[in-house]
Amino acid sequence: MSRRALAVLLLVIAVVGLLAGIFFGPEPISWSVVVDALMGRGSDTLHRVVWDIRVPRVILALLVGGGLAMAGAVFQALLRNPLAEPYILGISGGAATGAVSVMALGLVSLNSWALPAASFAGALLAILLVFRVASAADARLDVGVLLLAGVVVGAFFVAILSLILALSDAETVRSAVLWTMGSLRGATWRTVLIVGTYTVPTTLALLGLARSLNLMAIGEETASYLGADVERVKKIAYGVASMVTAAGVAATGVIGFVGLIVPHGVRLVIGSDNRALLPISFIAGGAFLTLADLVARTALAPVELPIGVITALVGVPLFLVLLRRVVRRQIG
Amino acid sequence: MASASSGRPPAAPGSTSQAVAAFSTESLTARYDATGPDVLTDVTMAVPTGSLYAVLGPNGSGKSTLMRVLMGILRPIQGSARIAGREVGVWDRRELARQVGAVAQSEAQPFPMTVRELVSMGRYPHLGPLRPEGDEDRAAVNEALERCDAAQLSSRYVSTLSGGEFQRIRIARALAQKPRALALDEPTASLDIRHEMSILQLLRESADSGLTVLLITHHLNLAARFADQMLLLSEGRVAAQGSPEEVLREEVLGEVYRWPVSVRRDPVSGAPSVTPLG
Repeated sequence: MSRRALAVLLLVIAVVGLLAGIFFGPEPISWSVVVDALMGRGSDTLHRVVWDIRVPRVILALLVGGGLAMAGAVFQALLRNPLAEPYILGISGGAATGAVSVMALGLVSLNSWALPAASFAGALLAILLVFRVASAADARLDVGVLLLAGVVVGAFFVAILSLILALSDAETVRSAVLWTMGSLRGATWRTVLIVGTYTVPTTLALLGLARSLNLMAIGEETASYLGADVERVKKIAYGVASMVTAAGVAATGVIGFVGLIVPHGVRLVIGSDNRALLPISFIAGGAFLTLADLVARTALAPVELPIGVITALVGVPLFLVLLRRVVRRQIG
Repeated sequence: MASASSGRPPAAPGSTSQAVAAFSTESLTARYDATGPDVLTDVTMAVPTGSLYAVLGPNGSGKSTLMRVLMGILRPIQGSARIAGREVGVWDRRELARQVGAVAQSEAQPFPMTVRELVSMGRYPHLGPLRPEGDEDRAAVNEALERCDAAQLSSRYVSTLSGGEFQRIRIARALAQKPRALALDEPTASLDIRHEMSILQLLRESADSGLTVLLITHHLNLAARFADQMLLLSEGRVAAQGSPEEVLREEVLGEVYRWPVSVRRDPVSGAPSVTPLG
């Protein structure tokens, strides 16, 4: 399939996902009522359900899914490692530790913003720690050290997290576990605005780095010889992709598999050129998470399933089918 | 980035004069670790513009390090390294990549990529991160593929290529940069004689058409046939430099490689030919 065809197809799926997310939900509301609510007609309650709950939720799913998928593609190119994903460098561990600290201290119910603020702070702490360790040796950023530092810092945060959970009551443990599986329940216009403020400019910055990242993927020595400013590209790509991930994780918890599976799936269809891979991964990730959230909300309504479970349950088989079909072509 | 807009390599100061060497070093000393041992010590050399220049020496004698210093990715501890007469450290990386197309010993291949995509990366120094490819860029890629006898490979995945094909397209990528010089680190290692000869002939033709070629190799006899001048390194120091006849002498090689050799004139090519004894 050509790049353009895939991009158009995914855009259509994303739009369908957006509309489906607005028109379907655990509360049965007829379509004409939804249209009325969108137009600002109808009852106040319905308007609130549609305009203040469903609409921000689908937009947040689009932003977070797109951001995670693109950040995953960037980390894979930067670390020259197909197993890389947005959380590989300890961001999820830092974010989860921040979030669970707030839960254990019982601050969640007091302030709706305490949880995202704490998890964002935890993610930032992890990013800074990993960056300091990886660039300590000399001015250069060694991606091998970066990877090791990320995994180790992540493990350290998970240890702190386990310690906090061991000392917490059952209710805190339950909310912590649910948080680490991710949910878009907290979506409001404000979270959309905050996540959008992080995601939109960083997405543009990463798209500008796409061709340089192509060179990085074949090795830093060769990338330098081809004219890339390797140290600068590494630092910007790492910083920016980390910020996208941190914003996403703060708003929705740890949503796994999107950042690993979506870029690989897209790569299998259109190849490894980051100029196409990054924007198409963004669209695909957004579409995928919007649809996954729809399933999470409606499959067993009124019970809401953790979205991380859906992304893995649906994403993994889909990816495996694609993998089996395409890989033979590339390994002669 | 001001130089980016023109798309053409700006003339380096003095590059119009034939007297300025394409690559040169003066009393160059280099280390990987500031407190570690010297990898290159007091190396002074010069590659005349438009020549094919071979860098020889045992494993670990500093050949690849010399290329890294010349290409500005390793900074010298002492002395200087110049490209077209200008200190390598002052070149912008893209400007340098328009001047010299360099092929490292190896490169990573973590993701599937087609030959055309890989060779098109040679246009980065002209396009930068954002400008889309134009006709001129596509023509440069086609021409480079053509010259390396690789046009028929262009839609193949790199992972399906043989060792010889892979080296050819890496050289094609360097040619797509439209540089004034090439620097290659053992481009024919592990290739059979047909592929090795076709690459050496390509490099010889490139030098004859005015490109400067710096070639790191272990093949003394082929270097003797194809190179105009050579440099023999031994433990980071210059053991000999000059024409093949001046460098490939029995007593020098015997000492540098710590193995007795005999040097005769090859009856077919007329170049010096080295045979390890024992």
